[in-house]
Amino acid sequence: MTRVEMADEALFLLLHNEMVAGLHRAAEQGEAENGRCITKLENMGFRVGQGLIERFTKDTARFKDELDIMKFICKDFWTTVFKKQIDNLRTNHQGIYVLQDNKFRLLTQMSAGKQYLEHAPKYLAFTCGLIRGGLSNLGIKSIVTAEVSVMPACKFQVMIQKM
Amino acid sequence: MERIALLSPVCSPRLQNYPLYIRSVPTENELKFHYTVHTSLDVVDEKISAMGKALVDQRELYLGLLYPTEDYKVYGYVTNSKVKFVMVVDSSNTALRDNEIRSMFRKLHNSYTDIMCNPFYNPGDCIHSRAFDNMVTSMMMQYVK
Repeated sequence: MTRVEMADEALFLLLHNEMVAGLHRAAEQGEAENGRCITKLENMGFRVGQGLIERFTKDTARFKDELDIMKFICKDFWTTVFKKQIDNLRTNHQGIYVLQDNKFRLLTQMSAGKQYLEHAPKYLAFTCGLIRGGLSNLGIKSIVTAEVSVMPACKFQVMIQKM
Repeated sequence: MERIALLSPVCSPRLQNYPLYIRSVPTENELKFHYTVHTSLDVVDEKISAMGKALVDQRELYLGLLYPTEDYKVYGYVTNSKVKFVMVVDSSNTALRDNEIRSMFRKLHNSYTDIMCNPFYNPGDCIHSRAFDNMVTSMMMQYVK
């Protein structure tokens, strides 16, 4: 498979940081609440995820089932975007998947511990959207939430919504 | 009547199966081909659901010949994102063998991917891209004489 390379890793990280900072700065001036920013970031991620998955699955074989798709997200998708695979994928086989990344790329440069923990959510919103967008383009509706207890590890929970 | 190639990526992630793009040369009798394309969608669905259980090597995106009619051959292709491409060609056109059809679908798919990555395009909208138009035109001109 020919892998589509992301532009440059550092550029992506810097752009992402600036996106988060920019949106929050704009929100502070406009006095909108924090939740709006998260939603905005999530929506941006959604659209990017849709585009990316279209590109990444261009040369792959058709997926067998839902689990096959989740594996693709954990391996190929994650490797291309974040330069590493998801460390652990768990599922209850009833539509809930937990993706655990022990060293999440967007958090590593920030902290290794509990410092700045309250800022973590805004740096995960885009990625949640990325997963949701990717899945939605493959025909799976889902809700994606993220959870951090100690940085830079984090968990993404994907809840598939049956149609 | 000769030289007909009709192409239509048809969207279905929301299970609605509405056409995103449809094009035919020559344009007379176009409605008939729209009809053919729409009726072939069921065959596409059937093929995919049968494929889910099939062996690994049969999980290709290109579906091959969907069905032949007296005058036309209908080919199908479905992307991983469930976007369907259908092509109707004149059966008397011998320049179009399986390989050519396959590469035409690849081209369509590549071009569609570019559209999806265009930030000004809303997924699910009809395709009004000039680049896509030009690609389709050149493809039709190349193979359909």
